[in-house]
Amino acid sequence: MPESYVPKEAIGHGDGGTAALAMGEAESLERAPAAGRPPGGEPTGKPRSLWSDAWHDLRRNPVFVVSALVIVFLVVIAIWPQLIATGNPYRADLAKAQEGAAPGHPFGYDTQGRDVYTRVVYGARASITVGTCATAGAALLGSLLGGLAGFFGGWWDTLLSRLADIFFGIPVLLGGLVFLSVVTSTTVWPVVGFIVLLGWPQIGRIARGSVVTAKQNDYVQAARALGAGNGRMLLRHIAPNAVAPVIVVATIALGTYIALEATLSYLGAGLKPPTVSWGIDISTASTYIRNAPHMLLWPAGALSITVLAFIMLGDAVRDALDPKLR
Amino acid sequence: MGRYVIRRLLQMIPVFIGSTFLIFFMVYALGDPVAAMFGDRAPDPATAAQIRHDLYLDQPLWRQYPHYMGQIFQGNFGTAFNGQSVTELMSTAFPVTLRLTIVAIVIEMIVGIVLGVFSGLRRGRGVDTSVLVLTLVVVSIPTFVSGYLLQFVFGVKWEWAAPTVATEAPLNQLLLPGLVLALVSLAYVTRLTRTSIAENARADYVRTAIAKGLPRRRVITRHLLRNSLIPVVTFIGTDIGALMGGAIVTERIFNIHGVGYQLYQGILRQNSPTVVGFVTILVLVFLIANLLVDLLYAVLDPRIRYA
Amino acid sequence: MTNGGVRHGEPLLDVRDLRVEFRTRDGVARAVNGVSYTVAAGQTLAVLGESGSGKSVTAQAVMGILDSPPGFVTGGEILFQGRDLLKLGKEERRKVRGARMAMIFQDALSSLNPVLTVGAQLGEMFEVHEGMSRKKARGRAVELMERVGIPAARERVGDYPHQFSGGMRQRIMIAMALALRPDLIIADEPTTALDVTVQAQVMDLLAELQREFTMGLILITHDLGVVADVADTIAVMYAGRIVETAPVHQLYKAPAHPYTRGLLESIPRLGHKGRELYAIKGLPPNLTAIPPGCAFHPRCPLARDICRTDPPPLYEAGPDRASACHFWRETLDGGKEIFDGAR
Repeated sequence: MPESYVPKEAIGHGDGGTAALAMGEAESLERAPAAGRPPGGEPTGKPRSLWSDAWHDLRRNPVFVVSALVIVFLVVIAIWPQLIATGNPYRADLAKAQEGAAPGHPFGYDTQGRDVYTRVVYGARASITVGTCATAGAALLGSLLGGLAGFFGGWWDTLLSRLADIFFGIPVLLGGLVFLSVVTSTTVWPVVGFIVLLGWPQIGRIARGSVVTAKQNDYVQAARALGAGNGRMLLRHIAPNAVAPVIVVATIALGTYIALEATLSYLGAGLKPPTVSWGIDISTASTYIRNAPHMLLWPAGALSITVLAFIMLGDAVRDALDPKLR
Repeated sequence: MGRYVIRRLLQMIPVFIGSTFLIFFMVYALGDPVAAMFGDRAPDPATAAQIRHDLYLDQPLWRQYPHYMGQIFQGNFGTAFNGQSVTELMSTAFPVTLRLTIVAIVIEMIVGIVLGVFSGLRRGRGVDTSVLVLTLVVVSIPTFVSGYLLQFVFGVKWEWAAPTVATEAPLNQLLLPGLVLALVSLAYVTRLTRTSIAENARADYVRTAIAKGLPRRRVITRHLLRNSLIPVVTFIGTDIGALMGGAIVTERIFNIHGVGYQLYQGILRQNSPTVVGFVTILVLVFLIANLLVDLLYAVLDPRIRYA
Repeated sequence: MTNGGVRHGEPLLDVRDLRVEFRTRDGVARAVNGVSYTVAAGQTLAVLGESGSGKSVTAQAVMGILDSPPGFVTGGEILFQGRDLLKLGKEERRKVRGARMAMIFQDALSSLNPVLTVGAQLGEMFEVHEGMSRKKARGRAVELMERVGIPAARERVGDYPHQFSGGMRQRIMIAMALALRPDLIIADEPTTALDVTVQAQVMDLLAELQREFTMGLILITHDLGVVADVADTIAVMYAGRIVETAPVHQLYKAPAHPYTRGLLESIPRLGHKGRELYAIKGLPPNLTAIPPGCAFHPRCPLARDICRTDPPPLYEAGPDRASACHFWRETLDGGKEIFDGAR
């Protein structure tokens, strides 16, 4: 870091003990970074982009670091659960059904006598797969359709906005129940497909909004006046501006999609056995909550921590990317 | 204003048709309602064909849908799996869910706004940070998890509340389920209020109000709160529809015989009239709630003019 | 009870060695570093400076509307009608605000509450400070609006701020400040946001009302043009200090501080067509690291070794004037060539 650099978050950022500055004089302090410069000379620090600024903030944000570490850990065990769980998630020992913690079985046994710890570890795979695939799908579809609607406007915009309204009008859980109750596949794909179907309008709206805003920027207007073609405009000038909000919404959405998958599985319409899913296990355990709460608490805890990690990550990224909050 | 309302109502028509058709399509085209009536038994082909004809199911889908909608607008929602008419089912289920939703809205309004104002005014300090973290935690716990936990703790362990709700669903028994239903929205309301208050607290007009020598209390209630609550009220308005549709989990946990419960039964038993009928009403509620929120916005913020 | 507590000859407001700092995450920004000025009843003091010079912060400290945290008054006295405002309790302080001293802000659109009618916002002054009924207060609001020249005041009292033009809104701000006949008005860039033609009207109204009520007026501005006609005295601020005070015409004729001189030289003038405008080089200092010695030295064409080490005191530079420059005498008479040389 060049010495002269004074981080922007010094100015009225929410979370570090610096509250708002006096309104009238806030602008004067925003000039603070200028001080270290030689008088009349050029700034010694390199100009920083939104992204490098954000990255600089994020690395110092403990919320970001912790949630990112949790997510990396989850992804690793989703791919290689054997790393930390040597058992077999399907191995049932009915004699030990609903028993509590025992040596080698720290989370106890479920109602069929399967090891809860192993099932919790293996359950990460379904949640992470559904979460990432659904988010990727919804983000791609949403930013494509939303971006096009925002860029071209006109009837294309009207049509897509109404289409998005239609999907917004359907209560998510009900739609999921109806749509998925007729599906017999035991893979994760119907669930992913459904979430993409109902999830894209949310991201689409964000993408549309930021494209419309970016389109009105003076430099974009200037590029158009200079004869830049549509493709070049979209790729070089508009997309980079629309990407940040989409990433933020998508990260938070990833968390909520994982929760949605679990809820659908809980209602019997999401994933189906033999897939190991926290939602299914919680649903099964809920009947026995009075006698063996551990069967519910462990998968529920794992689920909540996973969702929390993604939502916190999204929150931290938003704080870093949204200069208005500084 | 009048023209705006009419335009909005006209815009709602395609959305209403689209949403209901989508549900209709999923229920009637993807499932087999007749087979579902017979459960595991294979239906007698002749009887099945007769039923299909009676229910208009032998027609192509694009004719079934208008026929069904025509029936609905005459107040005929069809017959539920237990032989009751769907209308009858609705007349018992909707009041229950409405009450549950009202309890939830009241909770999220009071607790959410109070917490939000509290932390917004102390932006960046300890209270604020803990409230922010707490709301994220609450958002991250799916309703079905928090529902069972609260039911277990308050209903079973401490016996402060009834773990399940009687059929008549009296208000006092709906407090705990209402809280569960409200939790996630509560966290959103808190965050929204907090951001809004923190932003507006720096606004010039608040500084003016202080410079006028108004007591702090008056500055907050009359100047700061009034402006900050506009987005919050908007959120709560749109939430009404979402909560009614989302009550399915809460109603299942606490055994409340409301809309969510009936819908769940309808889906399990593949009773198409119940499902499509209830969803149609919910979509309507959702659309109308959104319209009302937009109109309310104009009342709250005089700068907005609808033409 | 206008001017009640002030004996003749005693200043209405006497700010003494005021210090304000902002405690931010990356250091303490010293926004006001020992500012002293006085305002008498009926007198107009113009406080001139760039943004960041501390002129608004000083005013906010006087009004008691400093955002705290991060802003803190760390020293000095604010004597108003003989009482030190900094020693008053919160509630006593509040009763002074709005009633005995009032403030007019720059941007009337954002400074008025967008969701309350102007009548409600004006009437509120009477309701809160004088316990008047809402209906009676509304009547007074109409009178006020008429006084500041808003046409059809009776019909417009129920309108919202956004329904007025910029000039009318600023008149409403003025009406609000004048509501309780305060003894002191602080106007923070009252015309900056307005069109040039409207600026003059609003300034004239303000000056007229000031004469009528013999109020003290502090006019905060960065615009030398606004100051000339209205002010009696000018205080020029730089980096949280007053660098020069002088009666307005003396200052225009012969500034005694290189910074003031630079400001005056940078105004375009009709007679100087074709000549390159002077610009003060560099930028105002970072308030978290104000240069040692004279804060202006990195930008000063006169700077010598002493300027880099010794902070200049406020030198007496003639009757009623002072300059915080070691070389005020040179600036006063010989500075012309130096500035021409720097051009």
